[in-house]
Amino acid sequence: MSASDFQPVIGLEVHAQLLTQSKIFCGCSTAFGAPPNHHTCPVCLGMPGVLPVLNEKVVELAVRVGLALGCRIRPVSLFARKNYFYPDLPKGYQISQYDQPICEDGKLEVQTASGERAVRIRRAHLEEDAGKSVHDAGGESLVDLNRAGVPLLEIVSEPDLRSSEEAAEYLRTMRDVLVYLGVNDGNLEEGSFRCDANVSVMRKGATEYGTRAELKNINSFRFVQKAIDFEIERQVGVIEGGGKVVQETRLYDPQRDETRSMRGKEEAHDYRYFPEPDLPPVRVGPALLERVRASLPELPRARVLRLQQQHGLSAADARTLCGDRALADFYEAAVPGVKDPKKLANWMMGDLLRQLHETGAALGELKFSPAQLAALVSAVEQGTISGAAGKDVLGEMFRTGKDPQAIIAEKGLAQVSDTGAMEQVLDELLAKNAGEVEKYKAGKKQVLGFLMGQAMKAMKGKGNPQLLNELLRKKLGEP
Amino acid sequence: MTAAAAELSRLTVLELAAQLASKDVSAVEATRACLERVAAVDGKVKAFLRVDEKGALAAAEASDQRRKEGAPASALDGVPIALKDIFCTEGLETTCGSKILQGFVPPFDATVVRLLRRAGMPILGKLNQDEFAMGSSTENSAFFPTRNPWDLSRTPGGSSGGSAAAVAAREVPAALGTDTGGSIRQPAAFTGTVGLKPTYGRVSRSGVIAFASSLDQVGPITRTVADAAALLQVIAVPDPEDATSARLPAADYLSKLEGGVHGMRLGLPREYFVRGMDPEVESAVRAAAAELEKQGARIEEISLPHTKYALAAYYLIAPAEASSNLARYDGIRFGLRAKEAKGLRELYSETREQGFGQEVKRRIMLGTYALSAGYYDAYYLKAQQVRTLIRRDFTDAFQKVDAVLCATAPTPAFPLGAKVDDPLAMYLNDVLTLPVNLAGLPGISVPCGFSGGGLPMGLQVIGKPFDEATLLRVARAHERTQELYKRAPPV
Repeated sequence: MSASDFQPVIGLEVHAQLLTQSKIFCGCSTAFGAPPNHHTCPVCLGMPGVLPVLNEKVVELAVRVGLALGCRIRPVSLFARKNYFYPDLPKGYQISQYDQPICEDGKLEVQTASGERAVRIRRAHLEEDAGKSVHDAGGESLVDLNRAGVPLLEIVSEPDLRSSEEAAEYLRTMRDVLVYLGVNDGNLEEGSFRCDANVSVMRKGATEYGTRAELKNINSFRFVQKAIDFEIERQVGVIEGGGKVVQETRLYDPQRDETRSMRGKEEAHDYRYFPEPDLPPVRVGPALLERVRASLPELPRARVLRLQQQHGLSAADARTLCGDRALADFYEAAVPGVKDPKKLANWMMGDLLRQLHETGAALGELKFSPAQLAALVSAVEQGTISGAAGKDVLGEMFRTGKDPQAIIAEKGLAQVSDTGAMEQVLDELLAKNAGEVEKYKAGKKQVLGFLMGQAMKAMKGKGNPQLLNELLRKKLGEP
Repeated sequence: MTAAAAELSRLTVLELAAQLASKDVSAVEATRACLERVAAVDGKVKAFLRVDEKGALAAAEASDQRRKEGAPASALDGVPIALKDIFCTEGLETTCGSKILQGFVPPFDATVVRLLRRAGMPILGKLNQDEFAMGSSTENSAFFPTRNPWDLSRTPGGSSGGSAAAVAAREVPAALGTDTGGSIRQPAAFTGTVGLKPTYGRVSRSGVIAFASSLDQVGPITRTVADAAALLQVIAVPDPEDATSARLPAADYLSKLEGGVHGMRLGLPREYFVRGMDPEVESAVRAAAAELEKQGARIEEISLPHTKYALAAYYLIAPAEASSNLARYDGIRFGLRAKEAKGLRELYSETREQGFGQEVKRRIMLGTYALSAGYYDAYYLKAQQVRTLIRRDFTDAFQKVDAVLCATAPTPAFPLGAKVDDPLAMYLNDVLTLPVNLAGLPGISVPCGFSGGGLPMGLQVIGKPFDEATLLRVARAHERTQELYKRAPPV
């Protein structure tokens, strides 16, 4: 027996912070990075007598995700109280959705090693985040409640994933979808996109799943894969050693790259869920459904396919562009102004992204419009300027936001495509270099490069190189 | 106490409002009269947990200034009021009758407190109550029991016992209480005052310390029905801070008050004349019904068949919600924190052990049990189903009648100490009031006579959802025949 005799079975729970200005049940800001307990009020501090009031925006954002994942949206869903004591849980209960979540039964198409797979989504429900406990070395614990009450959507998959790679790919795809929908900022470092994994193994060919462990605290795509791999190996080891995997919650420790038991099933909390009496049921009527449906953007997967088909982009290029909705939007806004979409894509993924990367600027901060970029690409396409000059022009556009035509004129970058002028220059050149011409005709083809260089020099660098090259070859007697 | 102050403290809310309007008396004089009366009698009654003399007088001065400028804030501008200690008051200690909140000074006002301040009513202080509103005698206060002004050896009822006793003893013309299973109506019945529990959702619960969220409701305790109507008009305002608050504008409860009961159909529910009921209470209720019949109402016997399950359902639902609502008292952010505790678990258990009284602990345990895995369906869920049946009983009854008449409590006030060691006997006190909370309906208790021993008794009127206007009209029609509010307690 070895690991290859076992089939891992994985399900993921994603906790995505919904992009709202204020918390789910009070008016406090959701902004990251404020001093501890800065974004708090009596409601999110759980003071006596205060009541939660639902931020309607979170319902709309949850419906957005639900529709994008093909879920059934419950016309009436319910909040419940999940009761447990912890210092960073001010009320002693978390307001969450339990047996009647807002979204159910959807799917997410994921690209796996064995092709495209639909991973089933069991449910997505609304809940409030807890605060943060900071345990310092002196044994003191401090509580920061800035996050308490931040709106989360918990998206639970069915155990449809079969490897850590698939799990990581599912997460990447889910993150792209959420960011595309404008409901989540996809920021793993700040904790606005988090994940727990349920992992079990079974012997290949078995029909019943093994006992699962729940892995917590996996906060990067890399860790997800490592944590799951470790856990699979651990469980296989337990079984092969004649033991039994126990149902438990395990914490992933990225420093040691291992998972550790947090609590077993016997110590599992009894959360004593019951319907939240302070909040009426959440109703999603046909009007809201229609409004959200009409505002849904094309999702990344569909867009990649369309860009491949309509614009002839490679799968890799289309994916890179669509990996960032703003980038793809910019591309699509520019594309009518160019002849070859592939050229535009190359300019964007090459020089544009590099410039952005170097300056640390965001796409939205660009000083020029998609139409202006198209004008630049088109000028290169038509041979008005050389590719090298195009890079300079783009640099100038970055700095000043000026029109490419204006920059070309100012800097005198336009190429000469006037064949009469070129022929005159070439005739003079060939007459002066009769010896070199002889060598060329004798078969020393490298001379062509020298002659081209001289011709370009004579043209002060503005000769359209392609045209010049053609004319030169003709004059040298090439067919 | 001066004669002028004694004279002023005899006035009802509306009488005092009229004198303030005619400038026969100032708000400062009215407030000082209350303070004098409190000083004179509260040592015996023990209704107040704390008196806010400074705050009340400052509010009274501001009120007089508005009068002088001809711009009173409302019809009740300058009328003093006092609050059960369950209402959060900004800058004024709020304990909910519990040691665990001793020293807690809220940084905000409850919505109703804000509304009272906006109406210009000086807030005289905070009134005693059973801890976290759990109890029917005010003996579960962590501080001291309150006494019944009609007989100081007896309880004023509870949990809003301080509110009822203060109004009955003429320490203040009106008070606010809360009612989860009868906590406004039962003490009103015991003290010969009027206690109104509005429809669930009619008055905001925001800033009112929660006992059982799906049952709690705020209401006034006053000496007359008209006063209750006037106060309801001030506090029955839709509140965006309470998602369960009804989005209905408040009605004009005063103008329809004298409409009488002619042509109305009133039901006497068979199940509400329970075994163990005091015969004097029963005959007083029947006499009140007969009197209303004389005024042109049609009295019908009706049935509310699931009444006998209400008590059991209530004592599952209310403790279940309470067990969750009281989880926030953990010693972390406010209130009591056990000092000698080591580690987190001990901090929780020691703080809660020291901070909560016996009855509160009992209900937290009951509720935790009812919600536990494996028991939820048998207890909490079953209780919710019973609740639906009880609500349906009333819906069916209101097909036939406009309002329901019954006793508020099965007996007059009982002696202090008589039931403290017998929680079940104590719970039975609420048997006639708590079905109204389970059904979310409005109910009012209005005095309907005195027992042979000189103790007040209460008639309860139960109305349709949000039909407080009819409720008040019926209560007023009864009140008119006896005018018991004119009788003062011996204290």
